[in-house]
Amino acid sequence: MKISIQGARVIDPASGLDQIQDIHIHCGRIIALGAAPEGFIAAQTLNAHGLIAAPGLVDLAVSLCEPGYGRRGSIASETRAAAAGGVTSLCCTPDTRPVLDSATVAKGILDKAASQASTRVYPVAALTRNFEGEQLSEMVALRDAGCVAFSNGLAQVSSARVLRRAMEYAATFDLTVMLKCQDASLAEGGLAHEGPTASFLGLQGIPAAAETIALARDLQLVELTGVRAHFSQLTAAGSVQLIADAQARGLPVTADVALYQLILTDEALTGFSSLYHVQPPLRALADREALRAGVQSGVIQAIASHHQPHHHDDKLAPFGQTEPGISSVELLLPLAMTLVEDGLLDLPTLLARLTSGPASAGLPAGQLAVGSPADLVLIDPEARTLAGSEWLSGGRNCPFHGHSLPGAVRYTLRGGEVVHQA
Amino acid sequence: MRSSARLLRPAAYNENTAMTLTDAKRPLQLNDLGQLRHFLSLDSLPRELLTEILDTADAFLSEDARSMRRGTQLQGRTVCNVFFENSTRTRTTFELAAKNLSADVITLNVSTSSTSKGETLFDTLRNLEAMAADIFVVRHADSGAAHFIAEHVCPNVAVINGGDGRHAHPTQGMLDMLTIRRHKGAFENLSVAIVGDILHSRVARSNMLALKTLGCPDIRVIAPKTLMPSGIEQYGVRTFSDMDEGLKDVDVVIMLRLQRERMQGGLLPSQGEYYRLYGLTEQRLQLMKPVAIVMHPGPINRGVEIESAVADGPQSVILNQVTYGIAIRMAVLSMAMQGQLAQRQLEGDAK
Repeated sequence: MKISIQGARVIDPASGLDQIQDIHIHCGRIIALGAAPEGFIAAQTLNAHGLIAAPGLVDLAVSLCEPGYGRRGSIASETRAAAAGGVTSLCCTPDTRPVLDSATVAKGILDKAASQASTRVYPVAALTRNFEGEQLSEMVALRDAGCVAFSNGLAQVSSARVLRRAMEYAATFDLTVMLKCQDASLAEGGLAHEGPTASFLGLQGIPAAAETIALARDLQLVELTGVRAHFSQLTAAGSVQLIADAQARGLPVTADVALYQLILTDEALTGFSSLYHVQPPLRALADREALRAGVQSGVIQAIASHHQPHHHDDKLAPFGQTEPGISSVELLLPLAMTLVEDGLLDLPTLLARLTSGPASAGLPAGQLAVGSPADLVLIDPEARTLAGSEWLSGGRNCPFHGHSLPGAVRYTLRGGEVVHQA
Repeated sequence: MRSSARLLRPAAYNENTAMTLTDAKRPLQLNDLGQLRHFLSLDSLPRELLTEILDTADAFLSEDARSMRRGTQLQGRTVCNVFFENSTRTRTTFELAAKNLSADVITLNVSTSSTSKGETLFDTLRNLEAMAADIFVVRHADSGAAHFIAEHVCPNVAVINGGDGRHAHPTQGMLDMLTIRRHKGAFENLSVAIVGDILHSRVARSNMLALKTLGCPDIRVIAPKTLMPSGIEQYGVRTFSDMDEGLKDVDVVIMLRLQRERMQGGLLPSQGEYYRLYGLTEQRLQLMKPVAIVMHPGPINRGVEIESAVADGPQSVILNQVTYGIAIRMAVLSMAMQGQLAQRQLEGDAK
């Protein structure tokens, strides 16, 4: 199908393009920017005057709940929610049941995604079997089945020896590891950031050192093995510094932060609302400010939703008995626009953190250029989104419901097909 | 307001009202007239309200302070003790308090109840509410459990927190304050020390809040670093790891119980070393003011945190605390019931 998108301000962070021009699409790819090719007659025209056209957002961490957690959501519902948030490519996390540590599970997910997903789905597999930190997963088989990276979930690989071997094995085949850092013994039983708020509320704390100690160890193993590494969901000020130092030493590591960690702090826990129960936990204001500075400077190249829907029963209990996680991929674009509204980032930089930045962890996405797939998001920067007025995700566990957020997604296109329209 | 600052205001989870923001600034424990309708924690309760609780409790005590004046404030009302954590002392004193006010009392023993059959806390309490309970007294191992129940389960039943995890034990806090007021007088002139496992103690947290609100100028907490919570300065207290230094010239010492598990958790090497460093011995008693009082929420561990001679000695008011506890609980039960009724009246009038 031939499609023309007219009059948008086209921003492609990867190339630095920022210009009002038309986009012409044919057979799911962008075939021209600016003037239409000779003889090109569009079957469908989208009037995008006043809108911003950007590469479809790339979300490195979305829980799709299948297999095993169908009560919370499905591949269909969660990718549909992601499309509403402006996402066209996402990595689904391996914390499924069974754990995504075999090619069978990966194929099952991709088969379903082929017919039911609104976005492109790139599975991230478990680095070790069942996250147990002992036996390696069959990484090559998983890669061949479509997995793009290997992650430990939030379960620390406690043996440095095993982690080193896992990294060496991954490096042999040029595979990427995605690591979340939390020292299991320091974090054990913890529900909140160790600090005045947790002490006041009587909640067991997880010190920031749990993250920085694990991160420091893992960075040294990355250096030792030469594996390509991405550090996922940083929460502590000290972590930003460690990543910056590593990058300055020439280590090619990338990092992401959860969007909600750039906004919320542990003070939100006052009143014990389970909506703020997340792992790793919301940290102090100083940590949030350091994360924001890291996103601004580019030490942190990617912002991800770390979307984790839950059934409402799992959030309806005393704090310590609730499941951790926030459902928010549906709001990725407007929630991220608060960073522009705050003056932290300009729009092209924000879009970089949501497109080319995440893609640099190893995904064929995040670009708007002639020849690239027509994965686009059209944004109305003047409109506002009332969070929760419609809700597509299976999980209503979102603390932003009822807030008016800046910007709105008007269209999300995947391969030239409209997968979301508002 | 910066948009991200606006987003920091807590929203509370409710399946039915997921569309609206709960204003977390409206105090959960108070009705629209500022009266008590739940008793969950001492955080943010005004001094006048705490004083009212103390005065109400005082009025329930007989002249010789050995027994209670009974009343009919809760006649026809049902008080449900819902204890998810074991307790003989607190449960019994709440039962006595409720009966002294002529309430019908039910005690739900959770281990034999349907909760062990997989029923959620939510359903257990909703069912009790349907059985026309007017007041719940709840003790639970999770911090925030009482808040959860008051906010999301049964907003129209008065919830009295009998202790939630490490967070709060407000009736204990108030009975400790009543003890201090009756035996030592005005808080403004006093120096009070709290000793022991502050980290895990809901009693310590409630006491620190109460003492601060009631105007005590010198609140000291004494413990090794492993038993001291981070950020304790926020309570406006002075910290000591040297007990001899911390006890100098205090008027009141509140000893906390040391649980056996603390040795397993790597927090302390042994009971023996703890007693040597932090036990309240007759010798250490001499460091305090000559007419200082010794308090303990109970049950006491003789020879672990306190020497028998001190626990049984003339300066100990540990047994008086138990008596005052009944009076405080009578005060809180009657005030919370009144507060609930007043709110219903207001809401009925508004319709």
